[in-house]
Amino acid sequence: MSHADIMAGSNAEADSKQYLTFYLNGEEYGVEILRVQGIQGWDTVTPIPHSPEYILGVMNLRGAIVPIIDLRKRFNMPDMDIGKTTVIIVVNTHNDGESRTIGMVTDAVSEVYSIDENALQPLPDFGGSVSSEFVKGLSTIEDKMLILLDIDRLLDIRDKLAPNSQSSAA
Amino acid sequence: MSDDMDMSEIHDIFYEESYEGLDVMESGLLGLGIGQPDLEIVNNIFRAAHSIKGGAATFGFLPISKFTHGVETLLDQVRAQERSVSEDVIEVLLESVDCIRRMLDMFKAGNVPDEASSIELKQRIDTILALPSGGAMKAASNGEVSEPAELKQWTIQFSPSVDILKTGNEPLRIFNELRALGELKIVSDISKLPDIRIMEADSCYTQWILILDTDAERKRIEEVFDWVSDQADIMIECKESDIANSQAQTTPIAAALELPSSEAESAVAVGASSSNGKNSSSTKESGSIRVSIDKIDALLNLVGELVITQSMLARHADGAVAGSEAQGLKDGLLVLERHTRELQESAMQIRMLPIGASFSRFKRLVRDLSQKTGKKVELKLSGENTELDKTVLEKMSDPLVHLVRNSLDHGIEKPEDRLTAGKPETGTLHLSAYHEGGNIVIQVDDDGAGLNRQRILAKAIEKGIVSPSEQLSDDQINNLIFQAGFSTAEAVSDLSGRGVGMDVVRRNINDLGGRIEVSSREGKGSRFKIRLPLTLAILDGQLVKLGSDVYIFSLLSIVETVLVSPGEVRKVVGNGNVYRLRDDYIPVVRLRDAFKLRCKDSIKTYLERDGELLVVVESDGQRIGLFVDELLDQQQVVIKSLEENYKPVAGLAGATILGDGNVAMIIDVPSLIKTLDIAAITSKIEDFAA
Repeated sequence: MSHADIMAGSNAEADSKQYLTFYLNGEEYGVEILRVQGIQGWDTVTPIPHSPEYILGVMNLRGAIVPIIDLRKRFNMPDMDIGKTTVIIVVNTHNDGESRTIGMVTDAVSEVYSIDENALQPLPDFGGSVSSEFVKGLSTIEDKMLILLDIDRLLDIRDKLAPNSQSSAA
Repeated sequence: MSDDMDMSEIHDIFYEESYEGLDVMESGLLGLGIGQPDLEIVNNIFRAAHSIKGGAATFGFLPISKFTHGVETLLDQVRAQERSVSEDVIEVLLESVDCIRRMLDMFKAGNVPDEASSIELKQRIDTILALPSGGAMKAASNGEVSEPAELKQWTIQFSPSVDILKTGNEPLRIFNELRALGELKIVSDISKLPDIRIMEADSCYTQWILILDTDAERKRIEEVFDWVSDQADIMIECKESDIANSQAQTTPIAAALELPSSEAESAVAVGASSSNGKNSSSTKESGSIRVSIDKIDALLNLVGELVITQSMLARHADGAVAGSEAQGLKDGLLVLERHTRELQESAMQIRMLPIGASFSRFKRLVRDLSQKTGKKVELKLSGENTELDKTVLEKMSDPLVHLVRNSLDHGIEKPEDRLTAGKPETGTLHLSAYHEGGNIVIQVDDDGAGLNRQRILAKAIEKGIVSPSEQLSDDQINNLIFQAGFSTAEAVSDLSGRGVGMDVVRRNINDLGGRIEVSSREGKGSRFKIRLPLTLAILDGQLVKLGSDVYIFSLLSIVETVLVSPGEVRKVVGNGNVYRLRDDYIPVVRLRDAFKLRCKDSIKTYLERDGELLVVVESDGQRIGLFVDELLDQQQVVIKSLEENYKPVAGLAGATILGDGNVAMIIDVPSLIKTLDIAAITSKIEDFAA
């Protein structure tokens, strides 16, 4: 192997990132592996009052209270019952300079791939039930399509509390 | 970069120690008797001032060190019993403490205080210093010594060591002090000045010959040099001579001196602005805490025992003790449980601080206020050793100040009124703290006029807070003072009476999970009683069940729990439900409706029962009833933030993790009541009741 080849190889590695992929409604999605804190089996989730429907509740993750997001609901996909392969992928998100830990409910985990971020294709205007704000881009690995997610916007903390909107319906 | 970081850390320590030093000075000064001061106290004050000056000089906070030097000189005279302590001296020193505190605040915020803020006070100190020791302190103008009784001319050779500036001693200050004694001419000798290439900016190479015309004694002049006597060669000679003659000779030299001194000042300015740049990066508060060695030792002991317990458990688990595994493990777990609880308690202890430090601030406040209002007030403190969580302590400080101000302003009467009412001329304000049933109680008592219920009621009607037809109990009238926008003071003073007070006080206390009660007897005085939880991190909770989920109320917020049979809840026009709790109609809500829970399970279980469980809670004087499915245990829970990974949720104070590892939500009663928009419901209830 020539010296130049080694250089080229290391360059390619520098540009590529590892992604953890998982299944959701028949498609394969990927999240940057450096953001993944762990993979967790299904456990009791305590509902949070006044929360949007896609937030199932919170879970005790080694002493921290972590919100759990149902990705199917978040992406407006049909519901599926919790099965044997259902897992919660715990990830770190960065929003407005603050870091939060959240759990995402997915159908099953798949693989870890190295993906060259420069070769990502943008999402076409049509297709897919995932609205484009959560998608970083598309990638092709072994003739499969991977949808790479931008997880920072999954948990919408922008909608401020509106206590009075919950008025005395009781 | 890392150097900057280190400096800012050291600066933070300096600020903290200086603030502590100022507190020591302040409480010392307030305890200092006039005339015959307790030397121990004077020494304490002096030491505090000295270390502030030293620290300030070391870290380049020159305005502070310069100013404190004057204070220190004055204190030194008191210490040496050369100057008697008068009301004026204490007043000036107290104001100096405030002034130094202001300067520290400014430095901390990344600004450089301008000299103007301290100049007036500095002159007053100089004036006192210029007065003959022990004499009357009334002279107003700066250094105007009347009638030179025995004017002498002194020649002082002042040859400081090269390092004098590094020790925080500023020759300019010394000269200014001499100027206060009389007419001063300065001749500088710059022959020792080295080549500019090897000159160090913070070294002093200049020597001076000072010619002073004064009536002051030799001792007085020597005092000026007290602080530099070990860092300089000083020769003081007296020669009686024709003053007019010498004046003519030395004037040109003095003029020539202008230049170096102004240079020195600009150098100071440069130093100050560079330290400003450094500070701006470290304005973020990162509170620290001083913990007594005892607490740390207790914690370490417990950790030691925990290690022993762990090895004991490991031994049993290995089966090293034959045949006794199960019993041994059980015993071990019991010990472990006890240690864990103790460990938790002593870890919490670290955050606990005695309230005394916060109380002693009120000595100053009461002193200042009683002077301003012309009232005579004695402040009594008790329970200073009662410990409170640091955060609670900090957040209680403003409400307490407000209560004390109120008591002084509205409560305690003027001396003549008190005498007419047959009370002692001096009013008493009693601040106390004690434990009561797992809570901390802070109490503010005064023996003043008490709340004027007629005026409060009249005011409340005028402001539309209550309607004229309403019949209110004494207690209810007293509690009106906590309403927003309420103030009965006829003349708004700068002490209190702007009506932005008591509602804020109550809100702050509620935010801490506490409650405030007021009781008052006309002509006898008032009592404000504040109940606070021991700590913010742990809460005494009542666990309740809603469907399959557990929710937690703070025990403090619960008034009572009642079993309600189905017929007792009445529907009111619109959408409100009420329940008659003794004499009051209180709004009732199903907690699962209030939280709009998506419960899958049916509510059959509690329809089968004879009645429903109603938890009556109170906040801001407002009571509401909340239906729950089941009452579970009472237990202590650790509050965990929901915001950390999610966002604040209306009606919830946070969450906690239960023994089974599941998460339970902690209900925040005040914010829950707000989300329910009770006002709308109650107005309907009043219609119904009338």
